[in-house]
Amino acid sequence: MAEQHEIQYKTVRFNLNGRDVEKSVDVRASLTDMLRNDFRMTSVKKGCEVGECGACNVLIDGEAFNSCIYLAVWAEGKKIRTLESLLGPNGELSDIQQAFVDEAAIQCGFCTPGFILTAVEILESGKLYSDDELRKLLSGHLCRCTGYQNILRAVKKTMYRRLGLEPPKQ
Amino acid sequence: MYDMKALYEAHSVAEAVALRAEHPEAQIIAGGSDVLVQMREGKRAGKELISIYGIDAMRGVSLDAEENLRIGSLTSFSHITRDPLIQKYINVLGEAVDQVGGPQIRNIGTIGGNTCNGVTSADSASTLHAWEAIVELTGPDGVRREPIRDFYIKAGVVDLRPGEIQTAILIPKASYENTFGYYIKYAMRSAMDIATLGTSVNVRLSADKKTVERCRIAFGVAGPVPMRAEHAEAAANGQPVSAALAETFGRTVLEDINPRDSWRASKAFRQHIAAESAARAFIEAVKRAGGEL
Repeated sequence: MAEQHEIQYKTVRFNLNGRDVEKSVDVRASLTDMLRNDFRMTSVKKGCEVGECGACNVLIDGEAFNSCIYLAVWAEGKKIRTLESLLGPNGELSDIQQAFVDEAAIQCGFCTPGFILTAVEILESGKLYSDDELRKLLSGHLCRCTGYQNILRAVKKTMYRRLGLEPPKQ
Repeated sequence: MYDMKALYEAHSVAEAVALRAEHPEAQIIAGGSDVLVQMREGKRAGKELISIYGIDAMRGVSLDAEENLRIGSLTSFSHITRDPLIQKYINVLGEAVDQVGGPQIRNIGTIGGNTCNGVTSADSASTLHAWEAIVELTGPDGVRREPIRDFYIKAGVVDLRPGEIQTAILIPKASYENTFGYYIKYAMRSAMDIATLGTSVNVRLSADKKTVERCRIAFGVAGPVPMRAEHAEAAANGQPVSAALAETFGRTVLEDINPRDSWRASKAFRQHIAAESAARAFIEAVKRAGGEL
């Protein structure tokens, strides 16, 4: 058993962006710490680190979680996806990333990976949401540059396209 | 890195109970959206943690042999909202917990954690009080069940005894049968905010929908712990459904509640929105029960 100044490690096995991985981690680490430091997933941003801003958002078994308030050891057995998983084999952007570019939904980019992963969860639900529903689904993220309208547009446009529908005039 | 002294992980209820006995000073952590944040703030820094997050047997919603609704304490808010049994029998609970924080918080936050931290503003708490939920606690001597109003002792303190963990929350059949509710969260923002006041009302109407057979109301943030408003309930029980009754009901809650002045809102403002929210939630609950007013 660990004493106060003795570091306690645990081996964690999980699936990261489609690849089975294993790592010995300090039990004090957050999932953000482990993804950034041990796996170099630098799309996972350290923002507020108290679960308010959504910059560290990742998908765990298909649901969005703030990785800053998620213990690294809880990753055991989970399927975790970060923004890096969206990159095509030749570095192509996914449709939702391209929509963020096209709609100028990015300025500094710090909130973008988190927003895009929540958008992925929204898009993969296969549902058509109203603007109010989309605003609520996106409400766990703070952006201090663009405001939220362009982000909403990017998600909405991609949602319509993936459902094979013509996006309404905005 | 979190400033924790040690982490003990339980993967079954029995393991958790054993760890509680072994490390009585340790803090239990479920989803961690309160505990880890407090640890970050330094409030719980340097503590040992017992993680129960990995106990999958404590997740999910089911009906027991007596058709009581059983919600595993680790069921996340988003899973409660999406659950078909919740939607069928106590939809208002799903609606209430759908107003906690934001989407990511609702994926990690658990109903057990929301009640065990003993906070009056918890969005689940007023609805659980209004529906007379039963808290199931498992400890070294087995399982005991306790009405939720007895579970809350004072602000931040609940009746969680040495060696115990909360394993489920039950909604008795007698409580949810033919009963329809409505929750109003009053807060400054639509997301990522804590309730200035939470109001949960539910009614059961007579067969002809003309009379209030049973009305229950509970508030969050109207006192140091979530509370029922019994004078208001008494004023509505057995009365004919009407708009005037909604108004009387709203006014009567002032005999029951004792909100405080805080930076979020003054006592006078909370009293005002309590009367107004009670009347509005009453009207919506009556409509959902098929009544007209």
